[in-house]
Amino acid sequence: MIAHIFADLCTGCGACVAACPTHVLDAAPNGMPRIARVDQCQTCFMCELYCDADALYVAPDQRACEPVDPAAIRASGHLGRLRRDYGWSGNQQGPAPLAEFWQLGPLLREGAQIAARRYAARNAGDDGESDSVS
Amino acid sequence: MIEAQTTPNQIDIESDVLIVGGGMAAAWAAVSAARTGANVVMVDKGFVGTSGVTATGGPNHWWVPPDPSLRAEAIERRWQLSFGLAEREWMARILDATWTTLPQLAAYYPFATDGKGGTYYSGLRGPEYMRALRHCARDAGVRILDHHPALELLLHHDGSIAGAAGYARLLRRPWVARAGAVVLATGGCAFRSGLIGSHNNTGDGYLMAAEAGAELSGMEFSTAYSLSPAWNSTRTLPYPSARFFDDAGNELDIPPPMAGPSHQDALARAMLAGPVHADLGDAPAVLKKILRRIQPASPTPFERRGLSIFEDRFEVKLYGEGTIRGTGGLRIVDEECQTTVRGLYAAGDTATRELVAGATSGGGAQNSAWALTSGLRAGAAAAARVRRNGCRVDGMVRAAGTVALRPTASVQSGDDAAAISTVQAQMLPYDKVLWRQRLSLEASQRALDALWRTLAAHRRAEGLEQVGARETAALTATARWCTAAALARTESRGMHVRSDAPGLALDGARRLLVGGLEHLWTRYDQRQDSRRDTRRDSGAGVPEAPSQSAA
Repeated sequence: MIAHIFADLCTGCGACVAACPTHVLDAAPNGMPRIARVDQCQTCFMCELYCDADALYVAPDQRACEPVDPAAIRASGHLGRLRRDYGWSGNQQGPAPLAEFWQLGPLLREGAQIAARRYAARNAGDDGESDSVS
Repeated sequence: MIEAQTTPNQIDIESDVLIVGGGMAAAWAAVSAARTGANVVMVDKGFVGTSGVTATGGPNHWWVPPDPSLRAEAIERRWQLSFGLAEREWMARILDATWTTLPQLAAYYPFATDGKGGTYYSGLRGPEYMRALRHCARDAGVRILDHHPALELLLHHDGSIAGAAGYARLLRRPWVARAGAVVLATGGCAFRSGLIGSHNNTGDGYLMAAEAGAELSGMEFSTAYSLSPAWNSTRTLPYPSARFFDDAGNELDIPPPMAGPSHQDALARAMLAGPVHADLGDAPAVLKKILRRIQPASPTPFERRGLSIFEDRFEVKLYGEGTIRGTGGLRIVDEECQTTVRGLYAAGDTATRELVAGATSGGGAQNSAWALTSGLRAGAAAAARVRRNGCRVDGMVRAAGTVALRPTASVQSGDDAAAISTVQAQMLPYDKVLWRQRLSLEASQRALDALWRTLAAHRRAEGLEQVGARETAALTATARWCTAAALARTESRGMHVRSDAPGLALDGARRLLVGGLEHLWTRYDQRQDSRRDTRRDSGAGVPEAPSQSAA
């Protein structure tokens, strides 16, 4: 669930208030976002993706609010990491953000095949027919 | 039903076509309607771009080149998985629409390589896909109203659709929209299981439509689950190769995902016995290197907990998918995705997906192809209806909403959290859902009926509180329809498994309709029965491939 808004980084642009699909945030009169309904947070990280200032931190447990140490988060490198990984943070070096996306299907299949081979091998017993699934 | 009233401070909206919802199906519907020249307004509970289960996902679409024999073979293979409930014509339509439509998004979505020298069109990453659809809709002239949840539908006195009413939650003002046609694309319902991206998907469209007189179909096919860390529902790409362990560190004997339902059944049984931990050490070497570049949000919940996703063991659970990966939804009566209410169309998970997937989850990519195609068809048909009949934005209309808006007895305070807990206690436990049986279903029905009666009699919400109260009502209504349908289908077919009625009934390859609010009814769809394919009655129980759209 969303755990902290870094007031010194926040520009008050309102993008997070609009982008949060579950109405967790309210805009204060000065435009700064406020966590108003944390129970509605689904930990989808969309607010972080839409925050150009990397001023939000969503804690990983979606079941409950976790107390966080803002200084530790600032030092952890997590702030803005997700947005950079998505390639949403402007002029970035490196390959196109979606260059590997085509591998989603093949990697799902490969993972399932690994499990199938392993299961067949384990259940083949001592008779050595561990290659029955290819 | 009562006459719709004008309230002070109300936002008045007029359009040819009103799209209710903001996910993939809603956006395609809006684009499709606007491209015919219609005046289109889109109202979403959240934000068009982050709302719905596509935004947090990475949907692959059913993708087969337009070669007649390839298409026929793909359709036949999938039809066999539908247990006799899908229609080959509809399957052909979604293949065709997807193939011709997705490349048209190239101005808005950064399509990249397919690894074979071509362009990868069939799979799109959620945040970029929904951002593209938002921009595409905007450029087509759609007026997008974010954070405008709909609360109820409006009807003309002849029973046809007249619009919708809701509450603008950032502005704290009620809104009333008059339109010549309405498309409901509010998603399915996962009963607030915590499934990634599904918090808003509370079955709102089912309830609003049923109050207006619509029928539902296939609500018994609402039993899908997906695997994720116990503390955070992610996409499932990292997990197909997982090994599983109990609390004591003993490896569990779990059939692989390719074994079909026995995989999930074994996991569920193990979880009923105690915590289950996953170990991803066997994951494909390439995946370990590039997971972050495919799905940046999948490693995030691990890193922020100080865990290494491919090295540390972690607790997992199954998150209910309800009618999101289940196929039930509003009954569709024509090729234009119209419901049984004139002028009211349904698309995506709000409509029954039995038409293309029958009794199974659709085996992945079909689900996205359905959302896209049903959206396109519903949007175009809604616009065509307005061209034929006009808008009729004058004249009296009646508001169809019931629970939480117009209590039938004295108002008492309501506790949405307690009500939702009651619903979840019937709709999420693995044993109640995966191995249904009459006695347990009847007990669920009694609990849900009692909850519904209390809500209908006494719940009344004002202002912003209406949004949550109506979500609670929709969750309760959806649970009742799912339970009634599960009781009525006294056989096991596809994902609907009755432990007290194993195997397929001889006459079971028929769609089961359900509806009603105070008193529920079920009946088999005679129309579909007379048209259904009699060449063979599927039911071979072919294992499903791991679902790509759910990854």
